[in-house]
Amino acid sequence: MFKNVYDWIDERLDITPIWRDVADHEVPEHVNPAHHFSAFVYCFGGLTFFITVIQILSGMFLTMYYVPDIINAYKSVEYLQTQVAFGQIVRGMHHWGASLVIVMMFLHTLRVFFTGSYKAPREMNWVVGMLIFFVMIGLGLTGYLLPWDNKAYFATKVTLEIANSIPVLGPVMKELLQGGTIVGAETLTRFFAIHVFFLPAVLLILLVGHFIMIRRQGISGPL
Amino acid sequence: MAHHDKSKQEKVVFVGDSRVRRGNGFITPPDYTAYPGKSEAFIPNFLLKEWMVGVVVLVGFLVLTISEPAPLGFPADPSASVIPMPDWYFLFLYQYLKYPYASGNYVILGTMGIPTVAFGALLLAPFLDTGKERRFYKRPIASALMFLSLASLIYLTNFAWTHYKHELEKAGVEPEHIQREEQALENRLAGLPPAGSEPQTEIAIVDKDDPAMEFYTKANCISCHGTDLKGSGAPSLRGVGDKHDQEAILAIIKEGYNGKMPPMYTAAINAGLTDEDVDHLAEWLAKQKAEAVE
Repeated sequence: MFKNVYDWIDERLDITPIWRDVADHEVPEHVNPAHHFSAFVYCFGGLTFFITVIQILSGMFLTMYYVPDIINAYKSVEYLQTQVAFGQIVRGMHHWGASLVIVMMFLHTLRVFFTGSYKAPREMNWVVGMLIFFVMIGLGLTGYLLPWDNKAYFATKVTLEIANSIPVLGPVMKELLQGGTIVGAETLTRFFAIHVFFLPAVLLILLVGHFIMIRRQGISGPL
Repeated sequence: MAHHDKSKQEKVVFVGDSRVRRGNGFITPPDYTAYPGKSEAFIPNFLLKEWMVGVVVLVGFLVLTISEPAPLGFPADPSASVIPMPDWYFLFLYQYLKYPYASGNYVILGTMGIPTVAFGALLLAPFLDTGKERRFYKRPIASALMFLSLASLIYLTNFAWTHYKHELEKAGVEPEHIQREEQALENRLAGLPPAGSEPQTEIAIVDKDDPAMEFYTKANCISCHGTDLKGSGAPSLRGVGDKHDQEAILAIIKEGYNGKMPPMYTAAINAGLTDEDVDHLAEWLAKQKAEAVE
């Protein structure tokens, strides 16, 4: 049955090469934690992706309840936290996952750095990886405001003031992010849009690039 | 393989673009013969092992999630006095920007100079560290810089966090998400909705013409609990009768409250109130119930 469906699609679109690209490759011994326990350090990248998937899924569920306006944002988060079935768990996953993804990504970066895996020919993948790092930091920064509680509000105010102190570009950046002269309704909707549309789109594109490059180049050899 | 015999089976005829080179449609799997060992297929063999590591992480993650609910403070209020605090992974930057050479006259060095160099170097690391050697102890400069950065990250983050804890202690306040949780618990025990955001100011004052209103001002309650009991530094006292009865309120005036409010009895007497006045004030406050208004 599945075979027939697969063949039917493959006949028309020739998808076997795509499937092979994803699945059909060998993984060498030195990165396999089943052979060398210390090879778990090579799992950090995969785990970062795993947590990122959790972030995307939990975030999608959060937007079913979250309302990005200053009257209702806090109330919707509180409703989610106290009334919605499993809301506390889903928000908890998104909240703690945000920290965990930073931790995992940091460990992954350190692994790549200390094993010298960024050296030729993998320079471009390191650069893309660092861009992913910056996007993640941006996601953390914009997501922090969304619950619209005092901690979020004042942290964002401070962040925007820091941005403001950058010469020439700073005030423009601040106003663009803030959407006006104060941290208010417009800031919240902008941060929301950046957090759920702009940055995730950039992130996904970068991730695809990251994975295609690792598939083309293979994993770096043992030290 | 269906795609071998294309000309005979193809249902859709693709119009080829001669500029696109015909490939074998397939990324050549990397050749690991240079370091032979027990290589295994990515799917399913290796993915299963990676999934096992993932499950261990997932269980730890879910235990954290369930045991420690995500924090939520009180609704944003521009006039509130809160010690601003970014998320933990920005603490190092936040702390570093407090140093004299990174702020004030040198703020450009602080916000632009050093971070640009540091993050720029990280971004372009492969072009700066171009040697063939991969082991970290054979690349002393790159490794030393990374160890130095790590040490300063840990130092700055720890310093900022300890400082924040210290500030909280000095101000005698608890972080808002803990306050809110306590309040929600109190509300739940009192049979009220758990919401910490319920506007308490909408409860009207009971017996506004009572002389106790003057005692309230005179005894200096007003400086923390605000005009018309609305609350400012300390919580609103409207509807306080729902939480505490007369005796409890008297006890709070005499002994303070949970370390957040100091004992105010002596101050009230010094302000010219008599013992009966204080009793009356407590009685009046106990009458401040939400239902009494409706």
